[in-house]
Amino acid sequence: MADAAVEARSASKEYGSGDRIVRALRDVSLTIRKGEFFTLLGPSGCGKTTLLRLIAGFEMPTSGTILLGNRDISRMPPYQRPVNTVFQSYALFPHLDVAENVGFGLTMRGQPKAEVERRVARMLALVKLEAFAGRKPQQLSGGQQQRVALARALAPSPEVLLLDEPLSALDLKLRKEMQLELKRLQHETGITFVFVTHDQEEALTMSDRIGVMRDGVILQVGGPREIYNRPVNRFVADFIGETNILAGRTEAGCVRLGSGDLIAVDNLNGAAEGAAVTLAVRPEQVRIGAGPLQGRVSNTVYFGTDTHCHLRMADDTEVVARMQSPPSGDVGLGEGATVAFDFVAGAVRVLED
Amino acid sequence: MARGFSVTSLPGFAAIAITSFVLLYAPILTMVIYSFNASESVALWGGFSLRWYTAAWENTQVQEATIRSLVIAVSAALISTTVATMAALGTTRRGRFKGQTLIYVMINQPLMVPEIVTAVALLIFFAAIKVATGYTGLAYLVLAHSAFCVPFAYLPIRARLEGMDLALETAAADLYATPWQTFRRVTLPLMGPGIAAGAMLAFVISLDDVIITEFVKSAGQDTLPTYMLGQLRRAVTPEVNAISTALLALTVILLTAFFLLTRRRD
Repeated sequence: MADAAVEARSASKEYGSGDRIVRALRDVSLTIRKGEFFTLLGPSGCGKTTLLRLIAGFEMPTSGTILLGNRDISRMPPYQRPVNTVFQSYALFPHLDVAENVGFGLTMRGQPKAEVERRVARMLALVKLEAFAGRKPQQLSGGQQQRVALARALAPSPEVLLLDEPLSALDLKLRKEMQLELKRLQHETGITFVFVTHDQEEALTMSDRIGVMRDGVILQVGGPREIYNRPVNRFVADFIGETNILAGRTEAGCVRLGSGDLIAVDNLNGAAEGAAVTLAVRPEQVRIGAGPLQGRVSNTVYFGTDTHCHLRMADDTEVVARMQSPPSGDVGLGEGATVAFDFVAGAVRVLED
Repeated sequence: MARGFSVTSLPGFAAIAITSFVLLYAPILTMVIYSFNASESVALWGGFSLRWYTAAWENTQVQEATIRSLVIAVSAALISTTVATMAALGTTRRGRFKGQTLIYVMINQPLMVPEIVTAVALLIFFAAIKVATGYTGLAYLVLAHSAFCVPFAYLPIRARLEGMDLALETAAADLYATPWQTFRRVTLPLMGPGIAAGAMLAFVISLDDVIITEFVKSAGQDTLPTYMLGQLRRAVTPEVNAISTALLALTVILLTAFFLLTRRRD
């Protein structure tokens, strides 16, 4: 592909040897496009950080290749790669002040002093830290350190910026601020961002595309809407947001649920007649009040803007419905009441296992 | 204040603490006071005087021994700190490896083997070399001191390196620093205080050594401590007190510097 920023071709990474081998990455192939905000999402130990380290050059792939643009960089040491990283721990140099930290990469590249100073000033302005140039990193708050780390990694104008869970150490409010800040920076610089996180909400709000990983394998790559609305399998559906999982069996192009109800689905995903299938429905796609399905209210949980209503169907399958809380705050569903409900048309997905 | 168990609230705590401090400092204080004694006695006070400091200062044997001690201590501190820095880099700038504990034990051997054993071993070992080469200079003492100073230099340097985030060096490599530049611009400046502290500790330990020096030195190679030991065999005058007090002052200054260097800046 001509507009690829980074490409992994059958990249594998194994640690250890003999019978204690850990396969952190299994035959991963992935193309990240120029200028996009790409997120690697998955639980800890899924290989997302390993893949990031392969791109940065901190690790070499056991097999397969990593391409930057069209160059094979698999065996290139990190200091020769036009790729910079924002570390989870920030890893700011404690013996250097903010300006020296930000200028480090440029100085190492042998840029003239005046040019370094000019560029550092621009970077500090970009992250709104002009007033802190002479401070030591230890004298800054977590959020400010985060900005310095960003400015330091962006200063040499890398082809790709790698971000290793950079927001995980910040509190919620600051994290939301930094999410917007990152999007702004990416927009202003036009640099390809590869962002690693285990936070699905962060991934959905920030990314152009997301790669969902588990056990060293990329399960699905797609835009946030695609990943959320059309998860390829149960793991992705479960990991990204909340999902109702229902078991059923195909019957005449529809699915017969465990409760005995027959429901229509848009796409059987190639399941044969009579085959057991798993269905996924998002809680916000469950409508209470009318419909062919019946459930007994087992619990309602108030979340402020939303209320979750837990329903039990005839076969004890639990279905969660998310409703907007009414002005009174009370959705008026007593425990034990039996209600009719339905799934929004097109919302039921047949999953691969 | 948190309420809970505290040793300071046990009965007799203050009494034990005071007794301990008296036992620790009373002898030193006595020595310092009697170094200013005008009389020849180390037990009877004869008024304040600096005569023993003058006597020590003008004593050519003391001068020679002092210079020799300083030459050995500075050389040993430089050599042992260099070796210890490399050892600390080799044992901390990587993941845990097989035999790591064994390596630690081997580096710290002088701390565990009784000094007299090392002294005898060095005596025999160097005797063989002296016979073979005919060389009897100061190098034997410098080498012996360098060897037993290594663990003292190693420990503060290792502590410094272990408190240092490995990600810092990764970050430097990520920012286009070659391995040498990473060492020069990041690792070395950050471990600097540890190296200085290690060198100072090694210097003090070398300056203070008696046992190994006594066994290894050739005739006419007295250091300040072995010279003082020799003096004690004859008449004891407050001159020894004066020299000891001067050594104490030097040590206190160096150890204060050591403390200031190893203290974590937060």
